[in-house]
Amino acid sequence: MSAGYAVQLKGLRKSFGKTEIIRGADLAVAPGERVAIIGPNGAGKSTLFNLISGRFGPTSGEIWLNDQRIDGLRPFEIARLGLARSFQITNIFGRLSVFENLRCGVLWSLGYKYSFWKFLAGLTDANERAEALMHRIKLDRKRDTLAMNLTYAEQRALEIGITIAGGASVVLLDEPTAGMSKSETSRFIELIREVTVGKTLLTVEHDMGVVFGLADKIAVLVYGEVIAFDTPPAVRADARVQEAYLGSVLADQQAAQAGH
Amino acid sequence: MEFFTISMLNGLSYGLLLFMLSSGLTLIFSMMGVLNFAHASFYMVGAYVAYAIASVLGFWPGLFVAPLVVAVLGAAFERYCLRRVHKYGHVPELLITFGLSFVILELVQLIWGRTAVEFLPPVALRGPAFTLVNSSVDGMHFLLGAAPAAMCQAADATVRIVCSPFPATRGFMMLIALVMLVALWLMLTRTRVGLVIQSALTHPEMVEALGHNVPRVFMMVFGAGAGLAGLAGVIGGSTFVTEPSMAATVGSIIFVVVVVGGMGSLAGAFVASILIGVIQTFAVALDYSVLSALAAVGVRLGPQAADHSLLKMTLSQVAPILPYLFLVLILIFRPKGLMGTREG
Amino acid sequence: MASTTASRFGALGPKDLVVWFAAAAVMVVAPLVFHSGLAVTMLSQIGIAIVACLSYNMLLGQGGMLSFGHAVYSGLGSYISIHALKAIGGGTLPIPVSLVPVVGGLAGMGFAVLLGFVTTKKSGTTFAMITLGISELVGAMAFMVPEFFGGEAGIAANRVVGKPVLGISFGPQIQVYYLIAVYTLLCTAGMYAFTRTPLGRMLNAVRDNPERVEFIGYNTQRVRYFSFIIAGFFAGVSGGMYALNFEIATGEVVGAFRSGLYLFFTFLGGATFFFGPIIGAILMVVAFVLMSEMTKAWLLYLGLVFLLMVIYAPGGIASLIMMNLRMAKHGRLGGLLVWYVALALTGVVMFFGAAALIEMIYHLQFDAGLGPTLNFLGLTLDVQSVASWLGAAVVAAVGAVLFELVRRRFAARWGDAQGDIEAAARAREMA
Repeated sequence: MSAGYAVQLKGLRKSFGKTEIIRGADLAVAPGERVAIIGPNGAGKSTLFNLISGRFGPTSGEIWLNDQRIDGLRPFEIARLGLARSFQITNIFGRLSVFENLRCGVLWSLGYKYSFWKFLAGLTDANERAEALMHRIKLDRKRDTLAMNLTYAEQRALEIGITIAGGASVVLLDEPTAGMSKSETSRFIELIREVTVGKTLLTVEHDMGVVFGLADKIAVLVYGEVIAFDTPPAVRADARVQEAYLGSVLADQQAAQAGH
Repeated sequence: MEFFTISMLNGLSYGLLLFMLSSGLTLIFSMMGVLNFAHASFYMVGAYVAYAIASVLGFWPGLFVAPLVVAVLGAAFERYCLRRVHKYGHVPELLITFGLSFVILELVQLIWGRTAVEFLPPVALRGPAFTLVNSSVDGMHFLLGAAPAAMCQAADATVRIVCSPFPATRGFMMLIALVMLVALWLMLTRTRVGLVIQSALTHPEMVEALGHNVPRVFMMVFGAGAGLAGLAGVIGGSTFVTEPSMAATVGSIIFVVVVVGGMGSLAGAFVASILIGVIQTFAVALDYSVLSALAAVGVRLGPQAADHSLLKMTLSQVAPILPYLFLVLILIFRPKGLMGTREG
Repeated sequence: MASTTASRFGALGPKDLVVWFAAAAVMVVAPLVFHSGLAVTMLSQIGIAIVACLSYNMLLGQGGMLSFGHAVYSGLGSYISIHALKAIGGGTLPIPVSLVPVVGGLAGMGFAVLLGFVTTKKSGTTFAMITLGISELVGAMAFMVPEFFGGEAGIAANRVVGKPVLGISFGPQIQVYYLIAVYTLLCTAGMYAFTRTPLGRMLNAVRDNPERVEFIGYNTQRVRYFSFIIAGFFAGVSGGMYALNFEIATGEVVGAFRSGLYLFFTFLGGATFFFGPIIGAILMVVAFVLMSEMTKAWLLYLGLVFLLMVIYAPGGIASLIMMNLRMAKHGRLGGLLVWYVALALTGVVMFFGAAALIEMIYHLQFDAGLGPTLNFLGLTLDVQSVASWLGAAVVAAVGAVLFELVRRRFAARWGDAQGDIEAAARAREMA
């Protein structure tokens, strides 16, 4: 049983051939929490997202979404249960316009499924939702531009737009600000904060400023295990985290001695 | 018994021929993501070029030169046409090889005409490699070469003698295919070039970053694949028939082989080639139908039903479509192919 | 207010209706202008081809699915339609002859339901290979079950059945043409409408990014499968029209060659625009009926054109038209017209020489029995005279050199114009 958590991982393991990437990860995220997942390169952060969103199936262990087990389900089944994710490498519909991209994102959640007897032009709710979304991610001036012709930052914004279009309650963002400049990043973080109000957010980030500013809780993933999951100040002070990721205690002591 | 042995050997030789073709196709596909629609066309060109050389210089020079000619043609096509389309994606690449197959077909017909040409195997390979003589009195005998006519005729009516020759051309086919198989395996696993190819199979960008000229490797692999198809063409054309439709006939079967074996798997292509080769060879020789099977168990149908073509159809008539039935079945029950690793 | 917001979301406006009415008008008037027997036959065949190629493009252009076996569905539609026609004639099927294409459509749809599930399990190259295998399967079976396929001779039927209704018996070709025209218009409208529905748009999304589609709640295979079925329906309608027009169905209607033609001409016409396959369909009939009469080398020419298209204009003729329309919209087409004329002139010279060579070679191989001379566009060429060969080669070479020179200048001018347009667009954005 999940006891009211939005996302729960229990003893999650994933091996690719003989290499075990996720080695027993445990996590329990409450609804509405904003969690940043940090960890050294190769710790398995993207793999974790892929497991949760159904891109791969786990080797063993459980994944729970709200009150339902979702490990082993296919991505579209998980998406229909209210979990959406974005990708580290922009994954949009290149030959469709910005507006069309967003409209595609809302169609299933509004129940239009595989219908071919209705016209898109007449779906007022879908069109209004897509229009509103377009304004929120500030791409309304690029409404009819083909997605492949947008700038990198605009494509990242569209990526987020498609992710939240379906109204998912749990949103996974995989390195949303990858490759952005400082000013672009801060604007983007504002955008993320706005659009994920009331939702449960899991995000992988490398920029520590962003992490400590945006997140309610931080999960530290090292060698496929969650070694800490707590509020930012607690994580910053955690000795294991410092040793594994933020700098070793010894190094700090040496630095302190040298500074004397 | 001898029927089984000879048919099995025939089936194996045909399967090995299919493997000669499908291995080149698989290599090119694994390497470059391109499914070379014109692969069977290279097979055809190999046969015709060897025929042209053979009429002037003899079969053996043709056997050596024709594959090289086809390899050069293949490499040139890769360099000047395929490479330009690479940036558009896999569908245009497939389309351009499709267009090439069309143009090659027209050019072959233009140069050599629309009917079959007489591409004969060399004198050394014209007889049987060996003959199995099965006598109801003496049992089975194995003879190298052809059996003298006297041996195949029974002295009196009560003795049944069946002589089953195994053509030398088929034996040669198996030999060349096996040699090629071993050479390929050795090259891929033991030489530096092979190592580069193996790595470029899965990580082309990394290989390029390490300083290897990946476009050049692609060109060589495509050329080599074409050359292998050409070699198969020399053998196949002289053993079977050399005509403009030979590309279409074998072309669709090797695509079935590649899908059934699993896209991108050489081992799968091998297993599927042998399987399809053996099954088809046996099927062509068997005259059983649903009707005869039912009759064997004692079920007799009324005259109208007995005349229905589906029930009357013998295995030998169905033989041409067996590979495609196989394809559909595999897709239903094991869509990854027998040993599939890569997604299409 | 409502009409402007509706058009913002893609509804049809007055401009679109004008286009459709014009198209309908053209179809009504065409046989009155081109009234020879050959012309009316060709127009009928064009209608059939348009529906077939548009249905093919649902898979290729809209869905990114390259099929080598689309003729299976149009062909099986033809066969079922012929049997239906026979049944109507025999009195066992009480439907009017004019509904036979619908029967064909249902047949095509039925087979698509059956075979499409397995076919759409995979995508990309594997999908193409599966369609090839199924095409070979059905093509081979066409000679195996004579009750249904009629063996080598095929199955024939008579479309003139019973008493004429309002004077229409479908005996004369012109009556068949108008029936085909109605179906063509309806099917084209239907397929166009499909592109503006949720399923149609998600099919585009599957083409662009099949993986992402799963993460927004859609089962990619289902999207492909349902679209495949709808494409099969329209292919079947095309097959039904074929059955009515030719009153016979033979093995080649399901054959790999026909599937290849659909691919060829849809691609040539342009798979990235809705109207591209329409252009392709017209070319297909013209090439088949007219070109094949003029030269034995027409398949070679077609193959070479196809290769050039894939390399230089993968969007087909439709994309070339649209690119030039874009130039015209920005007022830059005028400056390029001179270069277009130069390209055309040098191109014609080069083609003239090359074609002369090709025709002479073909004459040598296939028509040697007719003597050494052949008629090439009014000129007499002699395959035994060096002058003919040398002359053709020189013309071809000179033409090729000139063409290349003009092409480079043209490309430079085009690039300049393109750059200017893009710079202006960026400037407007900044404002």
